[in-house]
Order: sequence, then C-alpha cells, then structure tokens
Amino acid sequence: MKFGVVIFPGSNCDQDCVHVLRDVLGRSVAELWHQETSLKGCDAVVLPGGFSYGDYLRTGAVARFSPIMRAVTRFAHGGGLVIGICNGFQILLEAGLLPGAMLRNTGLRFICRFVTLRVERTDTPFTNRFQPGQVIRLPIAHNEGRYTIGTKELSAASAQTVFRYCDEQGRLTEAANPNGSTEAIVGLVNAKGNVLGMMPHPERAAEAALGSEDGRLVFESMVESLVAAK
Amino acid sequence: MKATVCVTLKPGLLDAQGKTVKSALESLGFKGIQDVRIGKYIEMELNGVKAAVARKDVERMCKRLLANPVVETYRIEVQ
Repeated sequence: MKFGVVIFPGSNCDQDCVHVLRDVLGRSVAELWHQETSLKGCDAVVLPGGFSYGDYLRTGAVARFSPIMRAVTRFAHGGGLVIGICNGFQILLEAGLLPGAMLRNTGLRFICRFVTLRVERTDTPFTNRFQPGQVIRLPIAHNEGRYTIGTKELSAASAQTVFRYCDEQGRLTEAANPNGSTEAIVGLVNAKGNVLGMMPHPERAAEAALGSEDGRLVFESMVESLVAAK
Repeated sequence: MKATVCVTLKPGLLDAQGKTVKSALESLGFKGIQDVRIGKYIEMELNGVKAAVARKDVERMCKRLLANPVVETYRIEVQ
C-alpha cells in the first residue's frame, strides 16, 4: 500500500502529510513533484495544503493545470482515492473533480484556529472510522474557505457533504461557521465517493501533542478502505 | 492588438470586499453609494491576430483559466 503526496510550487503542508502517513501510520509514501506524469503506482493520492503558485489569479487555478493533475484526474475517474486538503481542496474544485467553488472568507480575515466539525457521513473511504454525527476538532488556516455552489447543484452537494461546521454540541449555528460557507459545508465527496475535499488540516491533528488526534482517523479510514479493497 | 478582460463575481453572490470598501468610502464621507463590487482587470498584448480571432481566443481563455465559471462572469474588450 503506497500513498502519494503531490507537491506543487508553493505547497507547504506536504511534509506534514508525509510525516503522518509514514511516521505515525507506518505506511509507504511517495512524494510526487507536480511536473511528473505518473502516480508511480500509488494506491491513494493526497493534494496537500499551502499556497500553490502563490494563489495567483485564483487559489488553485494554476496548479490544476500541472502535468501531474492529468494522472490524478485519470486516477480519480477510475475510482482511485484522492484527498485534497485546504489548497488541495481548492485545486480539486478548480479541476472540476468536486462541485462548487471557494470564495474569500466573509470576514475577509485569514483564520487560523481549531474548529468543531460534525461528521455527516461515515460511509466514505475517508470517514469509516468515525461515528455518525461525531463532533471532532480540527485546525483550519485559510483566507479563502467560503464554500459556495449554485442553487441547482446544492441539494446534491448537500447529500455529498462529509463534514459541517458546528458548535461543541454539534449544532449548526451561524457563530460556528467561521467563513460563511454555504450550509456550513466543510468538506464533501464527489458523487462516487472516492474523492474528498476538506478545508481543515487532518495532518495537523494526528498526534496528541498537537492538541487533537481526530485528524488521524481520516487517514486511518483511507488505510482501512484500501485494506478492505485488496 | 490589445485585449482587456474584467472578471467579477456573479451578481447575487456576496462580495465581502466590495461591502467593506463601500463602508470605508461611506466613512470617508462619500454618500449615495448603492453598491460596490470588486473584480480583476487583465490586460493582454496579442501578436498578429485579427480582432475577431482575438476575441474568440480570449473568450476561450476566460472559460478555461481567467474566470471561474461557477462564481465569476467576465467582459472582454478587444482593440
């Protein structure tokens, strides 16, 4: 079992992802530079956070045309597991692998803090280790995290939503939504369920020393899913 | 041949930057501002193409890269 972590110019969360997968979960990891054209036999792909291409034009707008993205797209269309974290989520949106788009936070500020999230679906390869409705803590760090989608596509996106911003009691309040995301959507999967995008950083909440281990369950779910598929 | 593109958020979408700028202008004493929306302005110098072809090319550029069709709309001018 091998995980691939893509690195774009400007990615800065790739090493944290490599660390969690390789050192915390003990899995084989390949670093995939954006100019490569092959996924080197990886069973799952991670698009990490950061500021690919300096967020020039629109965040993720340029990275989506990187050579590696052709292979990632083919892999995703073939049912391969792809997780996009923060900037990675933005890249998946720009690439059309997930529906919707990301806008600037309504408060216009870069928000860097822990948030509470509710797990909406546990029937995905990224959340099978959670309980339905479980309230978890993950850190966010973004200025463009306001998820939005057209009214026609909203109900489908809603059904594909995997995490929502909530308060500590699991309620979807306005105060619990840090950036104005439509329907408090934090992260969602594609219709087939093999591609996930999420704004918070599970790789920064995979070890007790960092204040939360809830994020590790996302990667453990992926491992579980790959094991079951063998 | 010069082409310019203005990319703005689709109407109906909350433009937080525009709202903030509107407040700032009002606090400076400017009155009667109905709405402010902020967009992107792109200038291009194109070589050796006729206006009609340039416009078609720029249209394709907007659809593929310069604007995000989910949330943005664009205006093209070719001289």
